[in-house]
Amino acid sequence: MATSLNGSSAASIVARAQGLFDDLSFTAARAWKAAEPGRKVIGYMPIYVPREIIHAAGMLPLGILGGGDQLEVIHGDAYYQSYICRIPRSTIELGVSGRLDFVDGMLFPSICDVIRNLSGMWKMMFPNVYVRYFDVPQNYKDGIGGNYYVSELSELVEALGTLRGKPISDDELRHSIAVYNENRRLVRELYSFRAQRPWQAPAAEVYLVLRAGLVLPVEEHSALVRDYLAAAEREERPRRDNCRVVLTGVFCEQPPLNLIKSLELSGCYVVDDDLLLVTRWLTADVPTSGNPLQELASAFLHHSESTAAKYEPDLKEKGQHLVRAVRRSGAEGVIFACPSFCDPALLERPMLQHVLKDADIPYIAFKYAENSGQMQPIREQAGTFADSIKLWSGA
Amino acid sequence: MTVIVTPKAGPAKQVVKDDSMLKQKEMMAAHYERLTNAPETGEKVASTFVPGNLNELIKCFDLLNNLPEVNAIQSGLRRQSGSYVLEAEKIGHSEDVCTYVKSDIGMMAKGNIGPNGKRLPDPDVLLLSYTGCFTFMKWFELLREQYKCETIMLHTPYMGDGKITKNMIEYMVKQLKEEVIPKLERISGVKFDIDRLREYLKKSAVAEDDLVRVLQSAKSKPSPIDAYFGGIYYIGPIFGAFRGTDDAIDYYKFLRAEVEERLANGQGPVTPDGDMGQEKYRLVVEGPPNYTNFRQFWKMFYDEGAVVVASSYTKVGGVYDFGFRHDPDKPLETLAEYCLGVYTNRSLPMRVDMLSNYIDEYAADGLLINSIKSCNSFSAGQLLIMREVEKRTGKPAAFIESDLVDPRYFSAANIKNRLESYFQMIEQRRAGARAAA
Repeated sequence: MATSLNGSSAASIVARAQGLFDDLSFTAARAWKAAEPGRKVIGYMPIYVPREIIHAAGMLPLGILGGGDQLEVIHGDAYYQSYICRIPRSTIELGVSGRLDFVDGMLFPSICDVIRNLSGMWKMMFPNVYVRYFDVPQNYKDGIGGNYYVSELSELVEALGTLRGKPISDDELRHSIAVYNENRRLVRELYSFRAQRPWQAPAAEVYLVLRAGLVLPVEEHSALVRDYLAAAEREERPRRDNCRVVLTGVFCEQPPLNLIKSLELSGCYVVDDDLLLVTRWLTADVPTSGNPLQELASAFLHHSESTAAKYEPDLKEKGQHLVRAVRRSGAEGVIFACPSFCDPALLERPMLQHVLKDADIPYIAFKYAENSGQMQPIREQAGTFADSIKLWSGA
Repeated sequence: MTVIVTPKAGPAKQVVKDDSMLKQKEMMAAHYERLTNAPETGEKVASTFVPGNLNELIKCFDLLNNLPEVNAIQSGLRRQSGSYVLEAEKIGHSEDVCTYVKSDIGMMAKGNIGPNGKRLPDPDVLLLSYTGCFTFMKWFELLREQYKCETIMLHTPYMGDGKITKNMIEYMVKQLKEEVIPKLERISGVKFDIDRLREYLKKSAVAEDDLVRVLQSAKSKPSPIDAYFGGIYYIGPIFGAFRGTDDAIDYYKFLRAEVEERLANGQGPVTPDGDMGQEKYRLVVEGPPNYTNFRQFWKMFYDEGAVVVASSYTKVGGVYDFGFRHDPDKPLETLAEYCLGVYTNRSLPMRVDMLSNYIDEYAADGLLINSIKSCNSFSAGQLLIMREVEKRTGKPAAFIESDLVDPRYFSAANIKNRLESYFQMIEQRRAGARAAA
């Protein structure tokens, strides 16, 4: 049952979310699993899996996003060369250190070669865990990519049904779709609220509130978002003379929380971003009537976020999602923050920058790792960017 | 695949080549001439990739196959890639990403001059038929931005569960039927003829048979071939623009006869310095080679009497040694199956199986991994692969690092030290085994 936090202050809600964020033993998810016999937890990595299916199986979808800047990676580095990003090594660290020993299955979405190969590593290292590389179509026609995807979804439904010992019904799927529709509506509302009044919903808070959704049952998370929105609306906070930016490139390996805080401290309100895309991957409600897998597939093909891991068939459309995000959120510039050695983000970046240049939207770029500790250079860069926007923009 | 030129620095020395190498050199030169003459001859050009190369289909539309990866290799071998990579970084490409991509983009920025010294034509179509590597998708999006030409995607699902499913084949065949073929018809102006495709596929299978015989000759002791450094030449025509042609059939027949002769004479591989001396170490190698210092790299092996008897890199444009052949009786399905089966589209457990089996079947002394900075598709997970293969085979493994075409990441002294230590390790194991016996 969802916990009501009505009347809570934003600070107390954020404190709870911060506690979940800091907890690398996943105590909340362990407690959820232990609360009833037979419960199962399915981990997933960025950027998208249909959590509705896991939920419909009565299981807890658990977002695994590496170890952040608080996890000492001891074993994980032995699995990766220095030129590979950090998220797989800290994820391995979570695994070999026993922090994920309660996880019954792991889904590795189709995002890049590193996460793809991690799926095979996981199979070899944790042979008793259900592991699936979750492939998605790069063809967006219903009769081609759609059919393929429905079949992939059916395989997942069947596998999770087997794991729980009872097939997943269409009604269970429809119910879960409705639950996640509500969650996505609330997340969109939160993003819209922040775009309008970013001083009332600082980026680090929004991030923590969203991130809690990767650990909590969705119903509980929806309540948390709703309560945060109410609290953020209620509490008057000082408005700074910050510029407004879209933060992009942060869809997989997570930036340190301090990095997000540093951007605002240095004069940039983050009014949109591609953090934790799974929480709003589907951009419209998924119909709760009809064939649920067909509907999930259709939503994926026609109403989902654009990101580097997806092929854009139309040259004219390439990067326009970012321009639209800037216009929609009233941003004045874009910050490209890409994890070091992140192929999708870094290969995509020049194309997006060309689109922004054509649209006369200023941008800056830097790299980070999930354990980056030194924020001063980023603050200076972001601060200078904010100043330049304020000084030289047309406003 | 290519001709190795004498390095510019250092004393000029005659490079020894097999007759098959000379034959291949002629084939490649003719192909590049045809490509660079395309604007005059009016031939249309399809750029595409080695893993997922649909050469038989491309030929059905009278299109010329241009492979940016091979161009990057050529630039690497000619020591031009370093400046191309720097050029790409100068115009905003990250130092962290694939150097094939940057070499290609840098080459474009500097006039797109091919290995024959003439300008390569702009492609009429980018056939984004890729498998086993996400970077390919971004690469052609980047090229599309430059060339502004039509791009056709053929998405190959990954064999995450170690098998090809009916759903995967159906998905790919549908893409071929409803997307790839109609668009190629429109761009080329040539109507698709499935019987023509069958003919090319028939020819592919003939050449594939001979290629497998050549690669498997390395099971003999001594091995008549080097299946990595030499193997890169052997895969050139079939991974490139010649699969499905009479030229490929002739080349592989010729190559096979050459190798069988060496086998009958008990000869080892031909190296750039002539016949290799006594075979002392037999290795399986995982990962691509370095191309900027290719001869220097190879020399580190043959100077020590090390021969590579099997390699995963020679499977990156198609895995034929487990029985797959292009099948004219199911022309579209076979193209799908080919794409699905290439080495880097196989799950890590499959790759471990392959490498472990190679060590047993080819009676190798161990596994050497050349980990490539540019190539996460190969590299991510290689340290686990190494441990797993060691565990399963009981044979020692070693790990070196370099890059495809970025000379900044080739440290000769470092690699040589590691190789020497590795060969010592093999000797120690042998001594231990002798003492135990």
